[in-house]
Amino acid sequence: MEKFRGVDYYGIEGLLSDDERMIRDAVRDWVEAEFLPIVAEHHRAGTFPVQLFPKLGELGVFGATLKGYGCAGLNNVAYGLIMQELERGDSGLRSAASVQSGLVMHPIYAYGSEEQKDRWLPVLATGEKIGCFGLTEPDHGSDPGSMKTRARRSGDGYVLNGTKLWITNGSVADVAVVWAKEDDGEIYGFLVERGTPGFSTLDIHGKFSMRASITSELAFQDCRIPLANKLPNVKGLRGPLGCLNQARYGIAWGAVGGAMACYDWALQYAQQRIQFGKPIAAFQLVQQKLVWMITEITKAQLLVLQLGRLKDAGSLRPQQVSMAKMNNVQIALDTARLARDILGAAGIVDEHPIIRHMLNLETVNTYEGTHDIHALIIGRDITGVDAFGIGS
Amino acid sequence: MKILVAVKQVPDTATQVKISSDPKAIDTAGITWIVSPYDEFAIEEALRIKEKRGQGEVVAVTLGPDRAKETLRSALAMGCDRAIHVNDPALANADTMTTARALAAVVKQEAPQLVLCGRQAIDDDAGAVGAQLAEVLGWPCASWIMEETIDADAKTVRVGRQVEGGLEVFDIPLPAVLSAQKGLNEPRYPTLKGIMGAKKKEIKDVKASDLGLSSITPELSITALEALPARPPGRIIPGDVKDAVKELVRSLREDAKAI
Ligand SMILES: Cc1cc2nc3c(=O)[nH]c(=O)nc-3n(C[C@H](O)[C@H](O)[C@H](O)COP(=O)(O)OP(=O)(O)OC[C@H]3O[C@@H](n4cnc5c(N)ncnc54)[C@H](O)[C@@H]3O)c2cc1C
Repeated sequence: MEKFRGVDYYGIEGLLSDDERMIRDAVRDWVEAEFLPIVAEHHRAGTFPVQLFPKLGELGVFGATLKGYGCAGLNNVAYGLIMQELERGDSGLRSAASVQSGLVMHPIYAYGSEEQKDRWLPVLATGEKIGCFGLTEPDHGSDPGSMKTRARRSGDGYVLNGTKLWITNGSVADVAVVWAKEDDGEIYGFLVERGTPGFSTLDIHGKFSMRASITSELAFQDCRIPLANKLPNVKGLRGPLGCLNQARYGIAWGAVGGAMACYDWALQYAQQRIQFGKPIAAFQLVQQKLVWMITEITKAQLLVLQLGRLKDAGSLRPQQVSMAKMNNVQIALDTARLARDILGAAGIVDEHPIIRHMLNLETVNTYEGTHDIHALIIGRDITGVDAFGIGS
Repeated sequence: MKILVAVKQVPDTATQVKISSDPKAIDTAGITWIVSPYDEFAIEEALRIKEKRGQGEVVAVTLGPDRAKETLRSALAMGCDRAIHVNDPALANADTMTTARALAAVVKQEAPQLVLCGRQAIDDDAGAVGAQLAEVLGWPCASWIMEETIDADAKTVRVGRQVEGGLEVFDIPLPAVLSAQKGLNEPRYPTLKGIMGAKKKEIKDVKASDLGLSSITPELSITALEALPARPPGRIIPGDVKDAVKELVRSLREDAKAI
């Protein structure tokens, strides 16, 4: 296949600034040179190339929208384009960057003390240190408000008890942002460092999705942390949801990257694969699939671009992020499935990137609020009726 | 120490170059433009020299139309301090000698102690500008360098240039022109901070008249561009291996006259 040259049917390129384009291209080149040559082997082995953390840090992708602390201070459209390009490589790569930026650096930046910011943000920005975000629990996924993990005041600190599950980068993280309830029943965020007694991790194996990404369980058993490790400036579900809103924004862009990768590959394949004496691209049914893909990708691109402009203007509403996350991941997943179909048997082997994206996007559909949960968020917004707790 | 790096914008390596309706030019529609890869080695080396010495200035220069500014922005994003864009319709079809003369005029104004460039631009592969520039300036030149070390007081540079089967090592007095071969270094990626920082750096626009180039007379002119002839299809020799090998040898000897 020829080198990826981007997917732009509607001249959307022209809606980007020079800086935004250059940033996208820099990340695209990086992914092409540093990541794509090794992704298949990591996908097979079920490992994430952790050695890329400092390299991603050097490139400047971690906390790229933050000001100060060695961060690049980019706008949100540029940040979105970075996520798009990383996920064009692999959802696991984008996840690593999403977690580090949106779910770890963002809460420290937005809710942390000055000491917490000074200590963690510079080293998370360079990729010297890795972070993870622990919200989901074995029995509490879509409904994190009913979490069981507890933080009890005791002496000059807190004692954590509970389990977090499905935590990206859990076992390689130097610091975990853990959400737990205090005795007042409110949710607070805590920074737990690797090696703290009572804190252990276990990796989840047997994944068919996000194989090139580490997913772990975090266990806290009478884990004592100092008072200074509590994020002082946020209380309640608002804290983790504020983080998820950042990360979901990145996912909405990332999904476009995954879809672009599958479309570009399937198009080239269809033009080269000969059956019945013709390239399969010459058959109407195959064209129909490719046309559906490019149309949906174009719509998704416009959706996130406007989303980014709203975010940069400061007028973004979380429900708008839900719409983009819901829609873009769905069309990316459908694009990947169609691309898989177009490649025939070739579509099931990792010599081609399609099945890897397709399987990854199953996770992307689920995490950070499932597709249906986002539908409920938008539904509540437009009808004024909450359908989450129905029947309860 | 001040270093000037000459860079050129060229079509992306993946581009399928087509000849335009004007048979002396290529069709530039839809081309993605990049910094010529050998020039990236030159930029990287200049930045390393500056970093190693702890001080200095790296100035990127290009000759080209408006779009060539992107190349300078990439150079600035990698870390060059400022840039000069020789942008004049009168130089639109500059041949290598004209380019060398224009660059020489820039060098005279800037007075760097070293000029670095790529061993060739990957568009026309002429590989002439570096040596011609040195000639116009009356400076020494080493082409296709694989390594360099500049002495502490920046009087001479020791270079290793690639020759068949080894390195040829020279000591060259500065100022000099050096052209970079692949392997000289591993160019850095422009970082996102670098890209943002590049916005604040100066790109000076320069016309032929600013360089005192009054009459521009190219030494070369293009008569025509021709596409490569289509490759004849391959031939599969069927049958038993023994017979097939015989036929292959016969065909190589008699039809292709290759052996
Ligand atoms: C690879 C991977 C990485 C992850 N990384 C992280 C991480 O780093 N940190 C973290 O905290 N979490 C992480 N997660 C967890 C993820 O966010 C949760 O899986 C997600 O929130 C869904 O929760 P659940 O799996 O418990 O599904 P459930 O909540 O049990 O949902 C199951 C199904 O029920 C549906 N459903 C639930 N409630 C409703 C309702 N009210 N109405 C209609 N339908 C409903 C859902 O849409 C879904 O289809 C990760 C997950 C994966 C797979």
